[in-house]
Amino acid sequence: MYKQAMLHLKPGDWLTLMLGGIFVVLLTLKLWNGDLADKAIIRSGGKIFKEVALSRDQQIEVPGPLGTTIISIQNRKARIASDPSPRQYCVRQGWLQQAGEIALCLPNQVSVELAGSRKKYDSLNY
Amino acid sequence: MRGSQHFLLLITLLHGSYMRDMDTRSLLLETTAEDHHVARMAAVALGLTILESAIPSPLPGVKPGLANIVTLIVLARYGWRAAVWVSLLRVLAGSLLFGNFLAPGFFLSLSGAVCSLVVLAFAQHLPSRWFGPVSHSIYAAFAHIAGQMLVVYLWLIPHAGIAYLIPIFATAALVFGTVNGLIAARFMEETPTPSIPQLDKLPDNIPR
Repeated sequence: MYKQAMLHLKPGDWLTLMLGGIFVVLLTLKLWNGDLADKAIIRSGGKIFKEVALSRDQQIEVPGPLGTTIISIQNRKARIASDPSPRQYCVRQGWLQQAGEIALCLPNQVSVELAGSRKKYDSLNY
Repeated sequence: MRGSQHFLLLITLLHGSYMRDMDTRSLLLETTAEDHHVARMAAVALGLTILESAIPSPLPGVKPGLANIVTLIVLARYGWRAAVWVSLLRVLAGSLLFGNFLAPGFFLSLSGAVCSLVVLAFAQHLPSRWFGPVSHSIYAAFAHIAGQMLVVYLWLIPHAGIAYLIPIFATAALVFGTVNGLIAARFMEETPTPSIPQLDKLPDNIPR
């Protein structure tokens, strides 16, 4: 079967295949080269509470109006490990890894945003 | 095969859309052998589409596109015009069959088919000494996915996030494009060209 496939491929087909392969690889590199995040910006009540590098694994406790939100950083990823908010949206969001990803615990007024070497947006409005 | 004959009839009627004998009582659609041939090819393509819908896909939109094998063979043997007919009839009849005529899925198929056909119009002029059905197939597959992504972005999901899916679709296009092209090349090698009237040899009084 392999031999037969070879028979049907003319030189130009090889060229097309090669160009197609290069195109796919370039496309993948360009589109999947998500900026990996370097640091996490933790906000509480709208103000920056702390900026931490993702290089060190740690747990951070952030106080808010409802109680304490625990943020854990592990393997260059960050997540909200526990939060007193009733619906737990930010906890269920799971691990954040890419720059620009953000988890918001609105009831407790705590947020974690990941930032990379360059900022993708100046600001985000919802 | 009984069901496919009904579609054959439907497609024959769609393709043979010119009427000669129009009196008040009966409406007669005259069809040529070439109409029947296009209809038969479109019916085969339709059969492959149905077959393909039974194959589970890991991601919506990643499909082998087996029906395009028929388009490639028709292009190589009967020219671009016949390929356009077969491809578009397959999209139309397929959408009626699956019940998504004028639904998003239909427009996705249509934009993919149209983009492929436009690219094939250029690709068919590549020197046949060096370029075969595999090249045609790969170019058409990329055009197909480009057309679909355009519709998805402009109409269905206007969000830059779909860019993350493009590498997956492009890889699928390359792989399935190559495989379909090889199947078409193999088929054409093994089966001699049947003698069917070609479009160029039709009488001039038939509107095209």
